[in-house]
Amino acid sequence: MASAIEVSNVSKEFVLRHTRSIKEAVVWLVKGRKGDLSKKFHALKDVSLMVETGETVALLGLNGSGKSTLLKHISGVMLPDSGSVYTRGRVAGLIEVGAGFHPDLSGRDNVYLNGAILGMTEKQINERFDAIVEFSEIGEFIDTEVKFYSSGMYLRLAFSVAVHTDPEVFLIDEILAVGDEPFQRKCIAKIQELAEKGKTLVVVSHDLDLVSRICARGVLLEHGNVMFDGPISEAVTRLRN
Amino acid sequence: MTTTISGELTRPGLGGGFRDLRQSSFLLKLLVRKELKVRYRGSVLGLLWSYVKPGVQFVVFYVALGVFMGLERSARNPDGLSNYAVYLFSGIVLINFFSEALGNSARSIVNNGNLIKKIYLPRELFPVASVWVSAVHFFPQLVVLVIGCLFAGWHPDMFQLLAAVGGFAIVGFLATGLGLLFGAANVYFRDSENLVDMLLMVATWASPVMYSWTMVQAKLGPVFFAIYQANPITVGVELFHYAFWYPTTDGSAAMPPNLFSLWLPIGLVISLVVLVLGQLTFRRLEGRFAQEL
Ligand SMILES: Nc1ncnc2c1ncn2[C@@H]1O[C@H](COP(=O)(O)OP(=O)(O)OP(=O)(O)O)[C@@H](O)[C@H]1O
Ligand SMILES: [Mg+2]
Repeated sequence: MASAIEVSNVSKEFVLRHTRSIKEAVVWLVKGRKGDLSKKFHALKDVSLMVETGETVALLGLNGSGKSTLLKHISGVMLPDSGSVYTRGRVAGLIEVGAGFHPDLSGRDNVYLNGAILGMTEKQINERFDAIVEFSEIGEFIDTEVKFYSSGMYLRLAFSVAVHTDPEVFLIDEILAVGDEPFQRKCIAKIQELAEKGKTLVVVSHDLDLVSRICARGVLLEHGNVMFDGPISEAVTRLRN
Repeated sequence: MTTTISGELTRPGLGGGFRDLRQSSFLLKLLVRKELKVRYRGSVLGLLWSYVKPGVQFVVFYVALGVFMGLERSARNPDGLSNYAVYLFSGIVLINFFSEALGNSARSIVNNGNLIKKIYLPRELFPVASVWVSAVHFFPQLVVLVIGCLFAGWHPDMFQLLAAVGGFAIVGFLATGLGLLFGAANVYFRDSENLVDMLLMVATWASPVMYSWTMVQAKLGPVFFAIYQANPITVGVELFHYAFWYPTTDGSAAMPPNLFSLWLPIGLVISLVVLVLGQLTFRRLEGRFAQEL
């Protein structure tokens, strides 16, 4: 089996207090660089994670432990300070519901825009358009502006576009929380179907029962360190204690 | 972002610069279309507005500046410019294009921060899409200009039309380069937006839009006039004058010396250098966009 994701010794530091004006920066320089212009914060510390193709991995941890930051490194949104990240095949992230949606455009326009943002070609979107609309159960609302959608409908369409991008590696961050019960079940079924087809999944969720059903492997993060990496049941037990 | 052959490990997040743009041409098209749709949403006349506005502007210039203020050449004002409204408008449409393109592309990265923070895509797309949108808005103004020119007896030759294309290209490259530069800088220092606004104000007056280049030459020495001429926007405006205004006159007006043999190549080279520098700076800074936004 080939690896799908290789994260080696990745560290990431964030600057906490930002200066957004040249004035502050100049004053600081003139004063002989006294004091801290910015505080540093380590979000990831020497994190390594190897994921084989077809594995289903859950990233677990308390708020602020670095799960989203790690996903952003895998998707390429952020670059590591040190260490390296490699991925194989196309990576698509459902980092946040409908990040690429524009409220003033219709559902149809948004499907095309978001599909293209997630890396689909015009032909692929044309082919899959009906399937996307059908899965989302949006029906006649597809030509309505998205700002008139309920938040659940918004999520449905966004999720539907994302699952139809057909990537090799799928990153999911906290998106299953919205949506009603039947649609949630449908999403989970779809995700499980993707897993069975041999897609690689990396899932972040605070719903521990849910991730235990979807994922086989659990990675526990704490303050940017990997504390545990192994079977999901053990990772969940550790987090619960 | 094409499907890579499975079996090949790649580093996510390292953009290929303008090479990515060719692969994402469909996304670029959608981003441009989105901007246009959002802008004219809910207006009855829609895109027609972009014809009406410059049309009214042209008529106002003609009446207020040409007739009332007497800048137009006449028996009482032999030093005036003939067809002053055409002269003025041909420069203004180009400056409008530059202002809109640079102003919007400088803000494009921060305005699309929500997306850039969450999904990886070639970020050059945003400033470049802004320039394209401005080019779309430029078109109706060009139509109004041509109609005005035809009323004034415009009869251009092929070379003069090519001069217009050259002027547009020079200004377009410059706007794209500066847009990439300031768009990236704006993520780190929001002062850049104000800097751009100031720059745009100066740009209107630092080129012979409202006045004629001969007045500048008379006041500045040869050295400062050369600096004035090296400004790519000045070259663009003069090329537009040559293409649209000059063929409506009796041909007695003088064009700046060496416009084609010297200033055109210099303007083009400066624009292209700015474009390359803008792109290099952008690539250098884009790695930290997601965390700084
Ligand atoms: N761009 C940024 N600039 C500064 N600090 C940041 C930035 N992004 C994240 N952080 C910090 O890094 C830490 C980890 O954030 P991250 O979003 O990865 O947490 P998380 O594990 O996803 O938490 P949650 O469960 O709440 O989603 C947090 O303390 C956060 O404040
Ligand atoms: Mg998170």
